[in-house]
Amino acid sequence: MDPMTGEDKRWDERVEAWQRERVAADYERIPPRRPEYTTMSGAPVKDIYTSADIRHLSPSEDIGLPGEYPYTRGVHATMYRGRPWTIRQVAGFGQAEDTNNRYKYLLKTGQTGLSTDFDLPTLLGYDSDHEVYRREVGRIGVAIDTVADMHVLFDGIPLDQISTSMTINPPAAVLLAMYRVVADERGIPGHVLTGTTQNDILKEYIAQNEFIFPPLPSVQLVVDTMEYGADVMPRFNPLNVCGYHIRDAGATAVEEVGLTLSNALCYLEHAIERGIDVDRLAPRVSFFWDVHNNFFEEAAKLRAARRLWARLTRERLGAKDPRSWLMRAHCQTAGVSLTAQQPYNNVARTAIQAMAAVLGGTQSLHTNSLDEALSIPSESAIKIAVRTQAIILHETGVADVVDPLGGSYYVESLTSQIEQDALALIERIDAMGGMVAAVESGYAVQLISDSAWEQQVKVESDETIVVGVNDYVDENETRDIEIDRPVPGVMERQLERLAEVKRSREDRQVTAALRAIEKAAPDLRHNLMPLIEDAVRARASVGEICDVLRGVWGHHQPSTVF
Amino acid sequence: MRTSAADRRTPLKVVIAKPGLDGHDRGAKVVARALRDSGMEVVYTGIYQTPESILRAVVQEDADVLGLSSLSGAHLEYAEELCELLRENDRDDVLFVVGGTVPPEDAETLKGFGVHEVFGPGTPTAQLVEYISRHARRVRMT
Repeated sequence: MDPMTGEDKRWDERVEAWQRERVAADYERIPPRRPEYTTMSGAPVKDIYTSADIRHLSPSEDIGLPGEYPYTRGVHATMYRGRPWTIRQVAGFGQAEDTNNRYKYLLKTGQTGLSTDFDLPTLLGYDSDHEVYRREVGRIGVAIDTVADMHVLFDGIPLDQISTSMTINPPAAVLLAMYRVVADERGIPGHVLTGTTQNDILKEYIAQNEFIFPPLPSVQLVVDTMEYGADVMPRFNPLNVCGYHIRDAGATAVEEVGLTLSNALCYLEHAIERGIDVDRLAPRVSFFWDVHNNFFEEAAKLRAARRLWARLTRERLGAKDPRSWLMRAHCQTAGVSLTAQQPYNNVARTAIQAMAAVLGGTQSLHTNSLDEALSIPSESAIKIAVRTQAIILHETGVADVVDPLGGSYYVESLTSQIEQDALALIERIDAMGGMVAAVESGYAVQLISDSAWEQQVKVESDETIVVGVNDYVDENETRDIEIDRPVPGVMERQLERLAEVKRSREDRQVTAALRAIEKAAPDLRHNLMPLIEDAVRARASVGEICDVLRGVWGHHQPSTVF
Repeated sequence: MRTSAADRRTPLKVVIAKPGLDGHDRGAKVVARALRDSGMEVVYTGIYQTPESILRAVVQEDADVLGLSSLSGAHLEYAEELCELLRENDRDDVLFVVGGTVPPEDAETLKGFGVHEVFGPGTPTAQLVEYISRHARRVRMT
């Protein structure tokens, strides 16, 4: 950093005088609209930002150029001037054929990648015939029991051309193996497959609450999938580390970055500890962020996370391959910001959030539909959401230049602040013994719950205005949007299909495959993926494979703290 | 009826429950905290509860109020089963409220099962506190 020049000093004095005289005089006449201005993370926002606020940043080393370390300005040199971001709406409901039809509709509507939501039994590693949970079959996602369902899900979809993202966590290893087996049985080689399994179990314990096994074996299973991915499907991302759920559960933007990068470090450090070269795995780690309402903070957050991740992988993990330093990211507009009141307002919220994601340099984007505070989206609502992205891309011009916010005094200052504060949180978690310890002690859950509570208090005291909820309220609002309803008869039909698969498979083969997993599972350094793939090929179900692992590893107990 | 002049003076006991496999508990925890701050005694079951385990919590805690939180779309099934269980076990004097992503037209169906009130997204917690304070220990399912 250069020392202050005489001109710098004169400038600082002028800004200070302006603040003291001009600003004070104006506030005398018209007081500030709010007692204090802050970002959603609670950082104070000043009246104005000037060159003095970014003097500590080096134009070459901190801000740099897109496509170059530390990637503050983007992971690619040309960004959307070359290839636009991938429009990737998540979809999943009913049986595999219902979701398959929706995929075909989405591809026809202009979507360029697929994303799967699974139903709750699948997400939690239970089969559709589970006595209690069968009522949730196909409800908020698609029901998948065996690889036979996966064949139907991707029927007619060119897996060698379309990338698929799967929102699946504790049983991710099973679904990853299923995807590979479906491709293999269709004659598509592993090395052309692209896509993602979410597989970020640590954020489940602290935010989304879909977990089965205790943290340590779960983290080791994630490492297994990363190693397997590098071996058999090297263009696929087996791990997508998520800030989205952490944020939607209540975290601030800074906490979202700090906790998410702590999680990512935890997986890679466990892999390194197992003797795996970090440059074999880190290039395929991708990220998923929540883009909320505070426009500049959200764009700055993506820039800050990219820079911090590049520095952490290079300096802390010792990664040498530049691809390991890249934070490639998917973004979704904030589900938690949607209101059930005046739902059409959600179209505006989503468009503005999507714009922040694009200005922040995302690689793919899901825009929420206006009806999602009430149900999974209807087709007409999805169409507006998809078209919102097309409007941003083609009509606004924001995608025609790389990182248009770069160099903004405010945005660079925010980027730097978020990077510093997130790093401080990462160091706090390190001091506790890392993320597994921060999960087990309840620290991370409490941090997020406290932030959620603070935000609620601000809404209830009207410090935070939510349009249509605590201001601009329509007293006699009637709802006139279409609500998506579950497909009738899904559970019954899925039970028949599962029974049919179980009747037609070779039971001895299934039993042998499951036994092999059971025998290998106690050694957490043993990669279970080849054995899980064998079981999947034999038509063992998600529930059967997870039951074996439950038997060996036990359950993680849900928290009752609030 | 368990209501007496004596227990009207003790704090209301509330069980906040998450049925099934739905893990979205931001709302449940915020509600639990708001009710506790208002002076009620609150037990949060945690996620992954079955109707039976929720009934057990109501009985064991001798709860005056049951708050069921659902964001998975399975609110009708779980609430109906719970209403039956509460009646069968003679705990239909509990004030039973439901919150979460419940489409407004489902509110009437839920009330038909015996649920007393339904609170959708964006409800101020002060409104919950007021409703519960006014109605707890004065109800029986219809």
